[in-house]
Amino acid sequence: MNALEVAASVRAGATSAVAVVAESLERVAARNEELNVFVHLDAEGALAAAARVDERVATGEAMPLAGVPVALKDNLCVRGQPTTAGSRILAGWRPPYDATVVERLAAAGAVALGKVNMDEFAMGSSTETSAYGPTRNPLDPTRVPGGSSGGSAAAVAAGMVPVALGSDTGGSIRQPAALCGLVGVKPTYGLVSRYGLIAFASSLDQIGPFAATVAEAALVLQVIAGHDPLDTTSLPEPAPELSAHLDDGVAGRRVGLCRELVEGAEPEVVASVHRAAEVLAGAGATVEEVSIPELKLGLSAYYLIAPAEASSNLARYDGVRYGLRVDGADVEAMNVATRTVGFGDEVKRRVMLGTYALSAGYYDAYYGQALKVRTRMIEAFARAYARVDTLLGATAPSVAFALGAKTKDPLAMYLSDVFTIPTNLAGEAAVSVPFGTGEAGLPIGVQLLGPARSEARLLAAARVLEAEAGR
Amino acid sequence: MARLSRDEVAKVARLARIELDEVELERFTDQLAQVLEHAADLEALDLAGVAPTAHPHGLVNVVRDDEVRASLDRAEVLAQAPDVAEDRFAVPRIIGEAP
Repeated sequence: MNALEVAASVRAGATSAVAVVAESLERVAARNEELNVFVHLDAEGALAAAARVDERVATGEAMPLAGVPVALKDNLCVRGQPTTAGSRILAGWRPPYDATVVERLAAAGAVALGKVNMDEFAMGSSTETSAYGPTRNPLDPTRVPGGSSGGSAAAVAAGMVPVALGSDTGGSIRQPAALCGLVGVKPTYGLVSRYGLIAFASSLDQIGPFAATVAEAALVLQVIAGHDPLDTTSLPEPAPELSAHLDDGVAGRRVGLCRELVEGAEPEVVASVHRAAEVLAGAGATVEEVSIPELKLGLSAYYLIAPAEASSNLARYDGVRYGLRVDGADVEAMNVATRTVGFGDEVKRRVMLGTYALSAGYYDAYYGQALKVRTRMIEAFARAYARVDTLLGATAPSVAFALGAKTKDPLAMYLSDVFTIPTNLAGEAAVSVPFGTGEAGLPIGVQLLGPARSEARLLAAARVLEAEAGR
Repeated sequence: MARLSRDEVAKVARLARIELDEVELERFTDQLAQVLEHAADLEALDLAGVAPTAHPHGLVNVVRDDEVRASLDRAEVLAQAPDVAEDRFAVPRIIGEAP
């Protein structure tokens, strides 16, 4: 099921949105129990929404995503639908408003089937920290789909929906895309409105698409991007033209194969990145090796900055206005009981880490120092982009790993994000595209990185790699 | 910097309004100490004179005209609250005086 073909067919009246959505729901039913992808499925609502799309088609409205079924990460608010962010503390919560991306998808004719699983509050790299159980990788159910947007990736990889939305704070779109053999885009900070996205680390979070192909991901990103007055960090310009530039190629482009973005990866992953460099060179790009030593500091800086912001953002879960309340003798005892029962271990770890990094006596040594490293990283990227226009590296150090392999060792889990974190710290753009296979024939993702607003160029380069891989 | 102690983790947990039992305190202390040890590569850097970046593109205040607009529906919002009294969020006793 390809989103572009579905939309064209529904627009032409060759098929109905209701039929497409019904088929999609069957695919969900076939594998959801095994894979634990959807945590909330709204079949009735989706079929009703599809019927409304068919009515709009009948009036001649040309919708870019007419009748396209989508899955939404469970940190995106949909009015009246359960939205939990993978946490027990939000069990049963029904938001009183829609996220801007949800409204934009609906306006474009897409039909949301429901909410898909994720690491609790997007804190994790395997979708194993969800309070609703782990999601399994459709390509090998003994392995993780990656995370934190593992449900979004699994929904597309299992063929349940052609496209899905996730969020990326340190790699949470690109890493699961890589582990599930999909295209994933982490857009420039501010390109996509975050109104209605449950906050994790506000200076890093971005919403972006998952799809099987570059063209589908580009179309979805184009639909959801563009200024939104409801998000004060939203860039002031309209959505960029992306679909029109897919076949621009890479002739004349300067690509930097970045040493720090492959170092330490499994040999098959390194080989895939080198092979991608050869393909881009063969398509007319000049490729040179570059080194950006500052990127090595990204992981440490991220694991101070993101928890610090999370400790502040998650202070709102106090049992007062929404979500879980566990009773206590007074208001403080109620707050403590609610948070102790409502948060899982990974969230507790990060909230405590962030609280520590911000506390008197440690602020300068940890949080303050991390913010200065962030400046250094932005400057280092800028120096690299003065020489090359695109950086090339791995998305994840390995192919999908076994369930449970890293749950006892948080630091090992954090290392899954080592190649994706720098882009978030810099607020820039990156795309993961499947290229090559590794252990057990599992997919490898190659990452293309560029400065802010470089999405069209990155997607065109990803398209070159995708075409070489025969898609 | 000295290795993170159990007492420090207990203090941080109190600040974060999270209760830990003895087993959790032990485990979280080890795990958090490991992450902070990894972050030691930052402590060693000489970054005097480098300006901190709290936000990728810098933040500016965004304001709109002060005009009345539709807002969230009060009944819909309060319907999500654990406890409500007289159209307000209700909480347990805050200070120790008789009601």
